Amino acid sequence: MSGAGKEMLRAEGITKAYDGRTIIQDISLRLDQGELVCLLGVSGAGKTTLFHTLSGLETPEAGRVLLDGEDITGRPGQISYMLQKDLLLSHKKMADNVALPLTLRGEKPKAAREKALSYFPQFGLEGTGDKYPAQLSGGMRQRAALLRTFLGSRGVVLLDEPFSALDALTKREIHRWYMGMMDQLKLTTLFITHDIDEAILLSDRIYILSGRPGRITAELDIQPPRPRDVDFALSGEFLDYKRTILGMLEGSY
Amino acid sequence: MKKSRSITNKLPAIATLAVIAVIWLGASEGGLVPEFMLPSPIQVWQALTADFPTLMRNAAVTLQEAALGLAIGIVVALALATLMHRVRALYRALYPLLVVTQTIPTIAIAPLLVLWMGFGMAPKVTLVALTTFFPLAVSLLEGYASTDRAAANLLRSMGASRWQIFRHLEFPAALGYFFSGLRVSVSYAVVGAVISEWLGGFEGLGVYMTRVRKAYAYDKMFAVIIVIVIVSLLLMALVTALRRLTMPWEAYEKIERND
Repeated sequence: MSGAGKEMLRAEGITKAYDGRTIIQDISLRLDQGELVCLLGVSGAGKTTLFHTLSGLETPEAGRVLLDGEDITGRPGQISYMLQKDLLLSHKKMADNVALPLTLRGEKPKAAREKALSYFPQFGLEGTGDKYPAQLSGGMRQRAALLRTFLGSRGVVLLDEPFSALDALTKREIHRWYMGMMDQLKLTTLFITHDIDEAILLSDRIYILSGRPGRITAELDIQPPRPRDVDFALSGEFLDYKRTILGMLEGSY
Repeated sequence: MKKSRSITNKLPAIATLAVIAVIWLGASEGGLVPEFMLPSPIQVWQALTADFPTLMRNAAVTLQEAALGLAIGIVVALALATLMHRVRALYRALYPLLVVTQTIPTIAIAPLLVLWMGFGMAPKVTLVALTTFFPLAVSLLEGYASTDRAAANLLRSMGASRWQIFRHLEFPAALGYFFSGLRVSVSYAVVGAVISEWLGGFEGLGVYMTRVRKAYAYDKMFAVIIVIVIVSLLLMALVTALRRLTMPWEAYEKIERND
């Protein structure tokens, strides 16, 4: 699947500093349509800063961000992201929570609600539209946050360790579900994680982000086609990838 | 389940109150305390029932002053707190001043207000507005500041304007704080109205209080106090009911936290 689609997201030479300290330096990456690309990095390498820059919350000192060929540097509202915390607003019912990106964009509340609700069954949220987030389980809230992210996106979503709070079994289930969802919705995903196994299992490509300031020190294609099952996770090939990645991370300290 | 628990929680307080009433009854009926100093609960009850229509008429006046003052206090607190939240410079300029004004005792400004505004309703309403405004403004400011930064960033990433962030995130987040402030403010409002009536006026629980005090009718004095307490409690209950109505999601959050 890798490289099959057209280029969706492109970052060119992004450098971002706070208070004179450079956090990320000269970062370039690209995502093709339908790809799932992992950004694997040690903590402190500036993953969050990079996400904020890509989503337009921060304007970089140098470099630019292109979405589908359009320059969106420093312009929020184009790429949505999702964090480990679902950040659903506790005072809004689920339908309104999920419809929020549409409402913010100026769509009529009723139409936005209806549009959001039409995706509820697909995300396993049927019948929860009139409930408050506090009434739902963590897994459901996470799926709702994902649906909200999808509705706020133009085909590209950024996920910042969205599943790291889940236990291993739930995680595998949600991985499988997410893969199916990506294909159905034709999503392109940039995924931050520090979990090497998760990265190898899910990604078409992996970028290694490391150093201070953070740079992209390596790029790695994961060849076997998605979705990959448990057998792959136990194969020699998987271990080879893991060894390579560990070596790359090791060298970067 | 929830209801029965709340009654069980209040049981010790009710028992304490009963014990105090019994001691009081014993002390005054047994002749331990002279009647002119401390009337017995029975006398107080009689005063309360005999004077009930008068008490209610005066309570209506006091309530009107309290409500009007509180309404002004709410509007000003909302406007000022929101403005201070939005404009940092204004916050830095006004917040210390706000705190200082709170150290001025109500009882000290009341005569000044009467001097400036006369014996009508105006000084009472003003005093209530002044005393209720502060807890409300401080609660609101605290509420606005309590907003989750990550959530604000997320909304920004969705392209939300400052106004939209305020509407969808900051204001709802402050609502709980606002109601906590309002609960304090309603009792301040009643007390504020009564105090300002002490210093002059034609009707109201405070005026009635001054009158019966001068007549040494201490049983009636206690009756007024009871009326004031009940009115304050009712108003606080009203605030709680209003909060439940406005913030229905809170019920679920509490259940979750208790788990």
